[in-house]
Amino acid sequence: MTTTTQPQTTAGSVRVDRDRGRAMLAVGLALVALVALAAAPYFIGPGITTDWGNLFYLVTLASMWNLLAGYAGMLSVGQQGFIGLGAYGVFVFNDRGVNPYLSAVIAAAVVAAIAFPVSYLAFRLRGGYFAIGTWVIAEVMRQIIVRFESLGAGKGRTISAYTEDPILRKAYTYWLALGVMAVALAAGYALLRSRTGLALQSIRDNEPAAGAVGIRVSRVKRLVFIASAAGCAAAGAVICIRSLGVAQPNEIFGVGYSAIMIFAVVIGGIGTIEGPVVGAVVYYLLDKYFGQSGVWYFVGLGLVAILVTLFLPKGIWGELASRWHLSLLPVGYRTRSTPHPTGWLTARDHRP
Amino acid sequence: MTPQPGGTAPILELVDVGKSFGDLRVIERVSLAVPSGQALGVVGPNGAGKSTLLNVIAGQERASRGSVHLDGADVTRRSPDERCRLGIGRSYQIPRPFTHLTVFENALVAAQYGGRLRGKAAQAAALDALAVAGLLPASNVPSGQLPLLGRKRMEMARALATQPRLLLLDEIAGGLTEAEADELVGTISSLKRTGINIIWIEHVVKALVQVVDRLVCLASGVLIKDGAPDEVLKSEEVLRVYLGSELE
Repeated sequence: MTTTTQPQTTAGSVRVDRDRGRAMLAVGLALVALVALAAAPYFIGPGITTDWGNLFYLVTLASMWNLLAGYAGMLSVGQQGFIGLGAYGVFVFNDRGVNPYLSAVIAAAVVAAIAFPVSYLAFRLRGGYFAIGTWVIAEVMRQIIVRFESLGAGKGRTISAYTEDPILRKAYTYWLALGVMAVALAAGYALLRSRTGLALQSIRDNEPAAGAVGIRVSRVKRLVFIASAAGCAAAGAVICIRSLGVAQPNEIFGVGYSAIMIFAVVIGGIGTIEGPVVGAVVYYLLDKYFGQSGVWYFVGLGLVAILVTLFLPKGIWGELASRWHLSLLPVGYRTRSTPHPTGWLTARDHRP
Repeated sequence: MTPQPGGTAPILELVDVGKSFGDLRVIERVSLAVPSGQALGVVGPNGAGKSTLLNVIAGQERASRGSVHLDGADVTRRSPDERCRLGIGRSYQIPRPFTHLTVFENALVAAQYGGRLRGKAAQAAALDALAVAGLLPASNVPSGQLPLLGRKRMEMARALATQPRLLLLDEIAGGLTEAEADELVGTISSLKRTGINIIWIEHVVKALVQVVDRLVCLASGVLIKDGAPDEVLKSEEVLRVYLGSELE
């Protein structure tokens, strides 16, 4: 069943372009970068690579929050719940004899399974209520975790069995952080280029209308909620392994992680794939060079956030992309050889 | 209305449908059968419950009483997305574009999900729908940048891209110039000829009567008149609810 009648302009002559060439090029370059970064521990000292690991989990976290808020319209302030569960998951499986790196992967999978029932709870709320609700859920997770004596009971604890050799340990940890980031970015990009990506953006832009064009709104949102939880859990596990344990449950379950994620995504450019990466790099650099400046550091972060929202409302990447029509990782569709726009339509394509 | 020969189920049947919001009864016991192939127009003064009726048919609102049947199947408890996949496409009176997606992507997502099409077939269906709505030249424009007329056209294109058997149009002619309204009438008439069933709510009665075979008038949630368009418009009941002003 088609809806064709006798259109004045024929649809048959139009070609749909997905920018496959540019996407392949970007993916190719990303793979080269990945290989180079993976080889880094063989050439660069563990001090520097360990520092990069910091950046990798920030990029992971920012991308996961962007997936939720920037593409699915779910403003969560509770991703630290999944970060904390991921971190504590390392202990759970490590205590059973699994090495910490594999434990991180298992923990992420288990947290994904936990996120499934949690989504039913969280999805009863919308907008600001959803945001607060996720925060409360994260707090409940912390409260449950600190009941367990075996998990340090609110005092934090260390990983019991890890790689003895410090050089190897740091290399493994670096590769884990890199791998988690690579998988998070690749999966995010694949998701957004897929059919589901279009559905997600439709839901973000207008949820009732998304339902009216046949999208199973809750199912698509749930998929992203679970994926984001798994990514945050993996990042949490990385954070835990990097410091050989959790010093303070309040910290790993702290709302500060949500603040970092929101900061990075807003600074970089919400709703783009590149934006959170840029934002995470900015945050990483600010933290690295000014993190020890006490209260002025936070004043500076606040100032950056205010200035960017005032003068670059689309974020750094968003602004660059729309000014120069940049897109390293195209997700959209473009029709070619359409006739020239007439009259009441805007001719220029402003899309980033 | 008499059922069509052959005894096929009406494309849409409302049985004793009511909708209340708390104590406010917006629709009271509406029963209506639309035989396959018939284009139905709905008129009525502001606040008569027309858009609510459309929401009850498409599933955005669930009927407080009674039942809704699509092609003989009871869809009263079905969600809007299920109803869309079953063949109900709708437009919104106040356009609801997916603002960050291009016009083409708006139509494409509708074809992929509502129309259950994949790959090239979905793309072709989206392009066809845009062509029908006269939006092909604007394919790559982010829909948030469309002016109102463009958004209204896109509402129709997106509904068409879901490959509907029943197309619900909610005041898409409002604010058009005479020439634009004539063009729209031509478009909807040709859709009707392709076998899509149409239910059209419209204040611009002049455009409406050129397309529909049958007209119902809704006032305060009650169907007060049902019949041939000119007959309904001339009836005393209908003139009374409009106070003789709007339909002249």
